[in-house]
Amino acid sequence: MANVKEMKSVLFGPIFANNPIALQILGICSALAVTSKMSNTLVMCIALTAVVACSNLFISIIRNHIPSSVRIIVQMTIIASLVIVVDQVLKAYAYSISKELSVFVGLIITNCIVMGRAEAYAMKSTPFMSLLDGIGNGLGYSIVLLVVGFVRELFGSGSLFDVQILPLASQGGWFEPVGLLLMPPSAFFIIGGFIWVLRTFRTEQVEPKE
Amino acid sequence: MAKKNESLGKTVGVVLALCLVCSIVVSGAAIGLKPMQEKNAALDMQKNVLDAAGILKTDTDIVETYNQRIDTMVVSLEDLSVKDDVDPTSFSNRKAAGDPETSTKLEKKNDPAGIGTREDLTQIYLVKSESGETTGLVLHIRGQGLWGTMYGLLALEDDFDTVKGVNFYEHAETPGLGGEITNPNWVKSWEGKEVYGEDGNVQFEVVKGGASDKHEVDALSGATLTSNGVEYLIQFWMGENGYGPLLKKLREGELNNG
Repeated sequence: MANVKEMKSVLFGPIFANNPIALQILGICSALAVTSKMSNTLVMCIALTAVVACSNLFISIIRNHIPSSVRIIVQMTIIASLVIVVDQVLKAYAYSISKELSVFVGLIITNCIVMGRAEAYAMKSTPFMSLLDGIGNGLGYSIVLLVVGFVRELFGSGSLFDVQILPLASQGGWFEPVGLLLMPPSAFFIIGGFIWVLRTFRTEQVEPKE
Repeated sequence: MAKKNESLGKTVGVVLALCLVCSIVVSGAAIGLKPMQEKNAALDMQKNVLDAAGILKTDTDIVETYNQRIDTMVVSLEDLSVKDDVDPTSFSNRKAAGDPETSTKLEKKNDPAGIGTREDLTQIYLVKSESGETTGLVLHIRGQGLWGTMYGLLALEDDFDTVKGVNFYEHAETPGLGGEITNPNWVKSWEGKEVYGEDGNVQFEVVKGGASDKHEVDALSGATLTSNGVEYLIQFWMGENGYGPLLKKLREGELNNG
């Protein structure tokens, strides 16, 4: 059984020290697509965290029985099944949000974080540690998405979680929304800014000059 | 990795067992959650209809209001009769339009909205006042936008000409530009506009630079193709190949059963 310190580093490490998006630059396609509103972003984060945690857990449980020749297919099958279940659950219990997320829930299957953690961690570690690793990476992904979603919704639509914070000029207020922030490319700039700030404080993440 | 895992038997066994477990999980979730999902989809459509008809408030009980105020029926666009033998709750315009058996293929010149086929039967929603009189009508409309088909509902007053409201409930237009077709302020600008001119032809237009008369709605800035799409789809659906004949008949009197 691993000690508490290791558990902590596995769970909280991916949030800032080894963030899957900011340091490993994995899974940014959905970060571009679903972050124009906080409510969508939050549901996407929960969905991805659930998938990555469960896929890590199940893959780790059967890791000693997976033939290495078909291991990628086995991982994909497990991940795809989990994503379909998540998609069905969203359709049943969060219908309007699932309509807005549409295809991006399905695209969790191709999110590199899920596959990457399964291959890099869950295949070699005990189920409990893999579960923690999955939750940790889900949280790391979530924190970046929530920051991006916060900036995009606040300055792009003047609202947070659909509650109007800044009165819009078109409705008699003073705030002129930044249309660019509603477009997917703006998430690139915000992620770039996030990485910049992160590496200013954690200089060890700066890559050496070639 | 242990050597024993690499044998053919083990590989096939693991893969088969895994597929079996996964398929049970997936089909279990799909079947178990299906009633809930269908309920959601139906509820969502009822909400859209109420919204288009302008009777959706934040505290409205959707199911109750819908049952009280909306009469659903299936009408043939070919002979304009009410189809009593078709159950409106299970009828889907989209399904009907996708099946060659139940739809009419449109020639290019008759198809400004770019929809390809038009369903022969359509679901219409009669809006009633609280005392039970018919006060309006909600119709399904759809047409090509910039990125894909825009699906909407158009509500008319009981003169079957004046617009009561519009609701594009499904579209793939650019957020912030064409996506503004769902903007409440823009939607509000439709209210009271008249579709038909004096001569009975469709006069409705989406214009740039300030709508000035009762047939015009402002275009959306930065979304010319979406605005054009909206104009074309209204012109199609209100015209000869769409609901034109049906609305004419309604204006003259009741629909017959058939």
